[in-house]
This record gives sequence, structure tokens and C-alpha cells, in this order.
Amino acid sequence: MSITQSSASLFSTTEEKEGTFNARYSLWIKEALDELPHSFTITDPFISGHPIVFASPGFLKMTGYSREEVIGRNGRAFQGPKTNRRSIMEIREAIREERPVQVSILNYRKSGSPFWMLFHMIPVFGNDDGRVIHFVAVQVPISGQKMRNGSGCSEMVFGSCRREVCLGSFVHQERALPVECDEQELENWEHCEASESEKLKSAEAVGSVLSVLTRYSEFAGRLVCGKRNCLRGADCLSSSLVISLGRIKQSFVLTNPCLPDMPIVYASDAFLTLTGYKRHEVLGQNCRFLSGVDTDSSVLYEMKECILKGQPCTVQILNYSNRKDKSTFWNLLHISPVRNASGKTAYFVGVQMEASCKDIESKELRPETRQLSVVGAVRVAVRSSFMATC
Amino acid sequence: MLKIKRVPTVVSNYQKDEASDGSVGGCGRNCLRACCVDVARLPLYVCKKLETSGEKVVVSHEAREPPVAFLESLVLGEWEDRYQRGLFRYDLTACVTKVIPGKYGFIAQLNEGRHLKRPTEFRVDKVLQSFDGSKFNFTKVSQEELLFQFEAGEDAEARFFPCMPLVAENSPSVVAINVSPIEYGHVLLIPCVLDCLPQRMDHKSMLLALHMASEAANPYFRVGYNSLGAFATINHLHFQAYYLAMPFPLEKASSKEVITTDNGVKISELLSHPMRGLLFEDGNSMQGLSDTVSDACICLQNNNVPFNVLISNCGRQIFLMPQCYAEKQALGEVSTEVFESQVNPAVWEISGHMVLKRKEDYEEATEEKACRLLADASLSEERFKEVNALIFEAIGCSKPRGGA
Repeated sequence: MSITQSSASLFSTTEEKEGTFNARYSLWIKEALDELPHSFTITDPFISGHPIVFASPGFLKMTGYSREEVIGRNGRAFQGPKTNRRSIMEIREAIREERPVQVSILNYRKSGSPFWMLFHMIPVFGNDDGRVIHFVAVQVPISGQKMRNGSGCSEMVFGSCRREVCLGSFVHQERALPVECDEQELENWEHCEASESEKLKSAEAVGSVLSVLTRYSEFAGRLVCGKRNCLRGADCLSSSLVISLGRIKQSFVLTNPCLPDMPIVYASDAFLTLTGYKRHEVLGQNCRFLSGVDTDSSVLYEMKECILKGQPCTVQILNYSNRKDKSTFWNLLHISPVRNASGKTAYFVGVQMEASCKDIESKELRPETRQLSVVGAVRVAVRSSFMATC
Repeated sequence: MLKIKRVPTVVSNYQKDEASDGSVGGCGRNCLRACCVDVARLPLYVCKKLETSGEKVVVSHEAREPPVAFLESLVLGEWEDRYQRGLFRYDLTACVTKVIPGKYGFIAQLNEGRHLKRPTEFRVDKVLQSFDGSKFNFTKVSQEELLFQFEAGEDAEARFFPCMPLVAENSPSVVAINVSPIEYGHVLLIPCVLDCLPQRMDHKSMLLALHMASEAANPYFRVGYNSLGAFATINHLHFQAYYLAMPFPLEKASSKEVITTDNGVKISELLSHPMRGLLFEDGNSMQGLSDTVSDACICLQNNNVPFNVLISNCGRQIFLMPQCYAEKQALGEVSTEVFESQVNPAVWEISGHMVLKRKEDYEEATEEKACRLLADASLSEERFKEVNALIFEAIGCSKPRGGA
């Protein structure tokens, strides 16, 4: 009996993904970005999976993929077996800390052939709310004239790229080999340092992309910028927390007990599917919109008591959906306080389970265990995300 | 004989002092000994077979930030259940934690509840010691502390059975909670629990640990091992694991390749970490990587060198850290300040996760202090070279490449 993923992951079409990107900016943003000669991608950390929502023609040409094959995938899709783990870690940490990063990394084209490039990524912030709207990543191919061995000292090594040569100190000068010359050897390089001009190119490209985004966001009345101009509001989660939460495929919400009326600050895709609401309709609202005429008020009271005492509880509550049929459903709801790295309660998590799902096939995780696993995953995400950002 | 006194970590609610553990069978508390094991029922997770390099990561069309894997759901769900039932000695999430400013990114936690027992004596000059049934071991834990059975599988897909008995002939391995958790999801992996093996690395157990790291499919779920003499608390074979969604300083250390074995395992020396150690990665298969590391550990054991192992990045990187802190401590050679904070450099501390028991240690924690602790635990350059030579011989490598 094999294990399958629980609820089906949501597969947005390319158009839908691009649609969320276009919505932030004014008309013709795509055309304006398409005109830039550089290779770059734009990702959205607020979509589950942190996918690419825009890829420039330069990027598609460099990697050999079509637009449909790239939109919706995570940047990791272009890494491969010989991609240096420390470079991967550096990028991952920069995303988590919402800061720029510039690192050489080995990527793979659609054909499977490897190439070295300078990866330069910056966060793009909303001017008014201080949160990360997108990450922009520029890719500049590296010609490989300078190489670095694993010892960390930068040395000029020309000529043959055999491994034995790499471990020595200074090697005799020869003409540099073009980077596509021998793929086998390319993959074996521990590192490939970008030249100063390549670094300048990447900075220039990042600047160009950012200025297009700034201009078109200004037209749309929702300015973005390269620097965080205000502290992220208490109702805004860090992009790293959102990325972590995006891995959880069940229906759940995070509410902030420190804000007036304890509003929802995060809602999973599965929650939106279950309740039939759109994200913008639920963020900022208290959960009571799910209750209705026939919802048992004593259950609501019980929940309120547990929240005040800071205790977890599970209740069976009648909820009203906004689905087409406006149906009601019995929600086996589990709520629990969640602390951050300071040890204080930062959120409450509410995990919804349709009561009809209770009698699930016996070879899977018990529904109660699955529900608790959501709580656990949220605890890990919240605790860790608060340690990174000050 | 060298001994030190330290406070042992309480990993089970049934871990009593030897003196008071006078119970003889028929305990009525659902343990794993002959008295209760027949009625034991636990979920069983059989993981899928490990990847070989031929089948390595194929980029699929849906390559995205990977969703929570089944094993992760099982660990987290069961752990949260025990957490809400109050089986842990303290609320781990209430312990403040921070990243110490500096270039390494050490992680410090103030945990006043972890070390509350009185100190006991530990023999530190013998890495191999026989199993002692009279002392606490994991057959004495109550079944409520056990989460599930764990088996290395051979199929392409994992399998799960919600309720299975423990059959001694199958040498079941179990995953238990650590009732003094360092982080959320802190569990103990106990290979062949009923066989009562002493804390001693062997090929099969290392492979099981690697399976677990790989199957969890989360680079932030590391599996660690402490040998005797390197601050293992219980002399009953076990690994530890927990979730922390931050990089460990050890994982960020730069390294220099020293040798590649015949089965493709790349061994590197750490360069920028305050403590000397080796990094094992690649290999034609994960089994090959596992066997090479096991060979190295067994060599250290046989040469009485205490060591710690960190399995990182879903089993793709394994750090082997020989150490000599306990010996130094017994001989009075540890710097006073490092000793007073009573932080024992076990695998997590060596990786850069410092659990501090006093408020002043936490508030005044600096990168320098953390580095000093690790430097004290580190082998000297000479000794490290000697130990490396032993290891390379044991794993069947002649001379390290790049040598004169």
C-alpha cells in the first residue's frame, strides 16, 4: 500500500501565475520586461512553492526551456547533481533573511548540459507595507577565466581544467578555455569565480529590472522598491515564514491574538478551497465569518475560553462556506497557541478538518495525527522564522 | 581510568538513577521488556529504498518547494500529540533562542529545564563499553514515549501500517521522543531496540539513520550521533534528530577535498570551522556513503577516539568530528570559563547549536565563547593528522591526493 500526498496540490496554470504577477503592476509590464536583454526571473514567495512568475526571453534562451515549462517552477529546478550545496545554502538563506545575494552556481539547461553563472538576487519590497513582494534573480553566464579551488584562496588558473591542476597553487599560464568546452570538467569545478565585469553586468541588469518594476508599480499605485522603507506591519508575515507555511498542504489559518479582534494573518490554499473564499476576503478578518445561524454558541464560547487561557482545544463546529452551493459543513477544528523564538505566543493556529473526512482509509495517517502534524509544522516554521529576522 | 562528573540529560520519563531502579519484570507500565512487549502496538513506517547516483534527482516539471513529506507528518503529528499530552519535561517552545551575531551564526538557546538532575560520574576513556542491563536503557521506556517503528525498505515506495506488534525476531527499530527536547520534534532513533546493543556504530545502524534523514526529505531535519566519551548519555545504541529551520554553522563551513574513495565518496577536511573534522559526501550510492562513514567510525571506536556524527542535508552530507573534550576535562585541561557554563560539546553543540542552562550564559553568549568551546573539543592538528591516517587506511584509501 503506497503513501500518497494528502490533499491534492493546487496546480495553477501559467496564465494564473502570470496573472498574479500582472495584478501588482500596471498594464504592459510584461512587454516592458520582455524588452530587456538580460536573463532574469521573478519569483513570488507568497504563492505556495515560491514559484517563478516571470521569466525573461534571455533566460529562456540561456536555459533552452519554453515559458510554459518555467512559469510555476521553483528556482531549484535548474540545479542538478553537481550544483555546489553551499551555493544552494547561501541562496536559501538570503531568501529567508530577505536580503540580496550574489553567488556563482552551476545550473543545468533543458538539454542537461551544465553551465556556470553568476546568480544575483534581490528582494523587492512594497513601499507602503514593507513586505517582500517578489524576488528578482539575474543570471550572468561566467566565462570561466578565473577559477577557485576549495581552499578559499582566489587564484588565477588558466588552461586545462583537470582536477589535479585545481588543487595546486599557481599554475602556468595558458589561454582560458571557453566554459562549454568540457562539460565533465565543468561539473567538477568546486567553484567558478565571476570576473569584475560579469559582476558589474549583473548589478546593471538588476538595476534595469528594478527600475521597470518601480515605474510600472508606481503607475498602478502600489509602489515597489529595492529597499525596505518601513517596518513590516504586525499583520504581515515574513516571506520566509510564508514560504515555510506554503509547504503545508492542509487547511489551516494563523490568527494574531495581539491585533484587535484577532484577525487572520495567513490562510492556506486548502483553507480557501474548503471555505470557498478568496485570500483577500479572509485576511484581516476574524474567523467568525465562518459561523452562522445554526452554529452552536456554546462551542464558540468554549473556543474563546481556550484562547484566553492559551490552551489547545478541538471542537466540532458548524461552518458556512462561500462555495457555489453555499453549503454548511461540520468542521472538526483544532486550535492551539504558537510561540515564536522569544518564547511568547505570536499566533494561534486553527486547523480545519471536514468531519466527513474522519473515516479515512485506515492505511493512511489517522486524521487526528494529520491535523496535529499541521500544528507541529507551523510551530517549527514560526519558531525558526523569528530567529532570522530582527 | 578517566572519569568526569556531569549532569546526564533525561531523555525518558522512566530514566531513574541506578540505585532506585529496583524493578524486576511485571512493571505494569507498558515498557518493551519481556513483561510488556507482547502487547506493544505501534505504527510501522517502512521507508523506500535509497537512491543510487544513477537515479539522482531528476528535475520534474513540478519541481517546487517540496511539500511536507509523509514521514515528516508522522513525526510532527505524533510529537505534537505527546506535547499536548504533557509528556515533555518542559515546553520547549517557551525557551528563548537567538542567533549569536558574528560570522558563524551560532544558535543559542536558554533552556533552564534541561539539566535538572544531579551530576553522575561518567567514564570517558573507553569508547567501547559493554551494555549494562542494570542501567537505564530504552527497553525500560513506556510505550507512550514511542512514536513508531521504523524499517529500511527495498521498494520504490514507502509503506505505512498504522498498528503493528513488535516482533522480536524482526529486530524492530523504534523512534521515541526525547523528553528533554532541544528543539521541536526532538526524537531518538533506536535501531534494533530489543537487541540491547551498546552505543557503538555499525553499518546497519548508520544506514538506518541515513534512511531516516533521506526519507524526511527536509534539509532542516538532521540526525546526530554521540559516541561514548563524546557525551552520549545512554549506553544503548541510539541516534537523535530534530527540526530547526536554520542552517547550522557546521553546515556552512568551507572544506577542502582530501580524497575520493573507490566507490566515489568524497572526503574533505573542514577549513573554517573552529573544530577539526571530516565531511563525507557523494558516492555511487547512499549505501556506499553510509558504509564508508561506518568504516571510519568503527576505526575510531577501535582506536578509542571519541567522536560525533552529523547527518545533514537529507543524508547527502555526513560530518565526522573526532573530539577530546571529555579527556581534557578529566585531566583538568579545559579553560575554566568554558567549564563553568557546563555546556558539553555533543553533536548539536559542535554543529553550532548551543543549549545554555543559565540566564547569564545566554545573555552574555558570544561567538568567541562558542568557538573556544569547540576549539577545546577539537583534536590538535597533529593528532587530527594521525587520526585521519588511521581512517584512510581503514576505509581502504592509500595516500590522500595532493599529498607530496
